[in-house]
Amino acid sequence: MDQILFFFVAFLAIASAVYFVFAKNPLYAILSLIVTMFSIAGMYILLNAQFLGIVQIIVYAGAIMVLFLYILMMLNLNKEDESKKASLPKFIGVFSASILFIGMLGAYKGLTGNTTVANNIDQSVGLTKNLGRLLFNEYVLPFELASVLILAGIVGAVLIGKKDL
Amino acid sequence: MRKNAIVILGCVELMLNSVNLLLAAFSAYKGDGHGQLLVFFIMVVAAAEVAVGLAIIAMMYRNTRSVDVSIFNKLRG
Repeated sequence: MDQILFFFVAFLAIASAVYFVFAKNPLYAILSLIVTMFSIAGMYILLNAQFLGIVQIIVYAGAIMVLFLYILMMLNLNKEDESKKASLPKFIGVFSASILFIGMLGAYKGLTGNTTVANNIDQSVGLTKNLGRLLFNEYVLPFELASVLILAGIVGAVLIGKKDL
Repeated sequence: MRKNAIVILGCVELMLNSVNLLLAAFSAYKGDGHGQLLVFFIMVVAAAEVAVGLAIIAMMYRNTRSVDVSIFNKLRG
């Protein structure tokens, strides 16, 4: 049952990501990216990373994608016409990506057979309480700096987006 | 080769999500919570970056009425 769920979510994530990259209409592309975000949140839930799954839905699918849609709706875009780029960068891109793919296949085949699923792994790592304990004990400085970063992002975005400085 | 600047930013977000998924998977495999915390911080940085990037794209559109990246080549030698 677990495997069926994983394969369904993984297939949905890959299919929507591929459609996002190849879609001609940018609105359809962003909508399929939303489906990708939701399916990645499903994979986080399958890994028992509950905090990350909820944060993924709230931050990525709920804020970032909605921001994309706001900006996309503000522009008056037609369908993309055919790209007139030279075919040499395309060929180099396909070649390097296929080399990367073959390398990853080789790494996967090189795994020995005695990698068992870990037995005594603490399954409660992804729970909010444990992550919160780690966040506020060891990582309190990056946490505060992240809030300063968000403040800088807000000020920068408003300043860039103003019509009259 | 995509020309739409918004879709290019979405591709960057997709790559960041792939790294997040990898980090979370290895953190769940090892039973260590540090990987998932790093994922949280990556999400924070990605959110701030998307906000600023979309503001830049909005400014691009306001000045040239287009978000095609192939016409923004003034810095190219």
